[in-house]
Amino acid sequence: MKIKLFAVAVLGAFATACASTPPDDNSDMPIEPPVTDNGGGAVVDTTPTGPAEGSAEHFTQTAGDRVFYGLDRHDLTPEARTTLRRQAAWLASYPGARILIAGNCDERGTREYNLALGARRANAARDYLISQGVDASRISTTSYGKENPTCTQSNEQCWAINRNATTTLVGGYTN
Amino acid sequence: MNRFLAALAALIAGLAVTAMAQAQEPLRVDVTRGNLDPLPVALPDFVGSSEEAMSRGTDITRVVTNDLASSGLFAPIDQDAYIEDIENIDLRPRFSDWRVIGSSALLVGSVHIQDDGRLVVAFRLWDTRLEEQLLGLQYRTAPENWRRVAHRVADEVYQRLTGESGYFNTRIVYVAEGRGIEGEPLRQLAIMDQDGANPSFLTDRSYMALLPNYSPNSQEITYVSFLDGQATTYLYDLETGRQEALFTQAMREAGLDPDGQSLSARFTPDGSQLAVSIETRSGHDIHLFDLRTRALQRLTQHPADDVEPSFSPDGERIVFSSSRGGGSQLYTMNRDGTDVQRITFGEGLYTTPVWSPRGDLIAFTKQSGGQFSLGVVRADGSGIERILYEGFFVDTPAWSPNGRVLLFTRGEPRADGTRYEIWSVDLAGFNLRRLATGGMASDPAWSPLIE
Repeated sequence: MKIKLFAVAVLGAFATACASTPPDDNSDMPIEPPVTDNGGGAVVDTTPTGPAEGSAEHFTQTAGDRVFYGLDRHDLTPEARTTLRRQAAWLASYPGARILIAGNCDERGTREYNLALGARRANAARDYLISQGVDASRISTTSYGKENPTCTQSNEQCWAINRNATTTLVGGYTN
Repeated sequence: MNRFLAALAALIAGLAVTAMAQAQEPLRVDVTRGNLDPLPVALPDFVGSSEEAMSRGTDITRVVTNDLASSGLFAPIDQDAYIEDIENIDLRPRFSDWRVIGSSALLVGSVHIQDDGRLVVAFRLWDTRLEEQLLGLQYRTAPENWRRVAHRVADEVYQRLTGESGYFNTRIVYVAEGRGIEGEPLRQLAIMDQDGANPSFLTDRSYMALLPNYSPNSQEITYVSFLDGQATTYLYDLETGRQEALFTQAMREAGLDPDGQSLSARFTPDGSQLAVSIETRSGHDIHLFDLRTRALQRLTQHPADDVEPSFSPDGERIVFSSSRGGGSQLYTMNRDGTDVQRITFGEGLYTTPVWSPRGDLIAFTKQSGGQFSLGVVRADGSGIERILYEGFFVDTPAWSPNGRVLLFTRGEPRADGTRYEIWSVDLAGFNLRRLATGGMASDPAWSPLIE
């Protein structure tokens, strides 16, 4: 019964997320990362079964593993809060799961400054998850600054993708 | 008519006096003028007492020539133009032969290989106009140190002709950047001579290493390591390769999260303490760490991030960058955290302050209007800032030991991402040159002069 309720909640959150628009000051900010070009080999997973419940893939698909930030910002956008609420809900369903939140930055800043900014981004995401009922002991944080970019090209679209906090399951989840 | 001739004679006499006065001014290169007017110098190959010694003499001359040319202050004259063939450096050169090819200074040298294999390198520096010896020195050293000797010769010439100490007998630690098999970024510490010779890696590919800084004794560096998954300050012994996370215990004792970030740590001029930005509950704050007591002292309390501390050469003040005023700006304070003063007020973000070894200037990176620039500002914030370089990306300035040249990370956009290289520029904003690293590189740290 509890699980069913959760499923409804997740669907509801999903609908909200899809209907939401990117913030005005960054209209090209992607909600999802672009599909990687594997030289034509990119394949969308269409298997009807989906990822195993409680797995890392399940977390990424149902909750979303990344929240995005504005230029030189570490405050959470409404979209970021929505994603984090889904993460909190998912974590409530899998109370054994532990997570690592890594703050990331675009390359348009100096190195030490970005290491600190990435920590602020990770901490903002962590604090919001705690406010949504996730126990602090389940969350660890780190900052990669600009050292671990998702997207390596030198353009604004890439930089927007790289301004994020990425949540990874690090224990207590299904493989 | 007679009167006219007399006037002409007086005029000629006057000109002659002027010319003599000019000729008798000591040879002096103004380091503040950049490469606008480099001094022509002749550097014939150091002579040798044997085939092997001659070959080594040629090597040494090549290194000295490259050093002097790289400063932008000297213009070595092509050896093909030389008239006199120097065979014995203990004889006076034929100065007219060197003046006629435009040479103001002449460096001659010799190499002798002793029976025990040790090198004896001697040189004389001549002023070709005054026909005077400016310098005459001799070094005896192990044969493998021939590059060190060459750099010392270049430093002596630089010092004699500019009045300031040189920076050629130095090493540079930097981050060698690359990509792994799966495209993942690789950042390894590497070390090389100032001119790019003798490069080697200090860390391996298994973890990221960033932001090295030299200790004043050149034997150790600090850097930021991801060995533990989190940016953590490490102390690395260049002699032994031993390294340790510096602050873990001190952070615990200070009531801080020992797993929190610790960043780029810079030494006091006496090497006894470090200034470093460490993550606290309210953000990042500047701390002082005593290497003997191994205790941390918190210097700033502001909820905004305070990062990138650097000491004044007298060790009394610290410059750092802080977002306490909104965007990042530069501030100075006493080494106990008192008397905080803002020193930059311009538009844009100011980061990476580094105090000049001369004490008067602070180098910085400025981010404004989508561009980055490298600049200097007076340490007391008075006057206007000077921009030395502007481009797509700038980071991590590092001063030469004499405070006349800056190394910095320069980024240029390429189709496959930004390409990072280390470049140098002099304090006048001239003589922009790429540092001779093998591949992509960033985060230069310039050693003190090696004794």
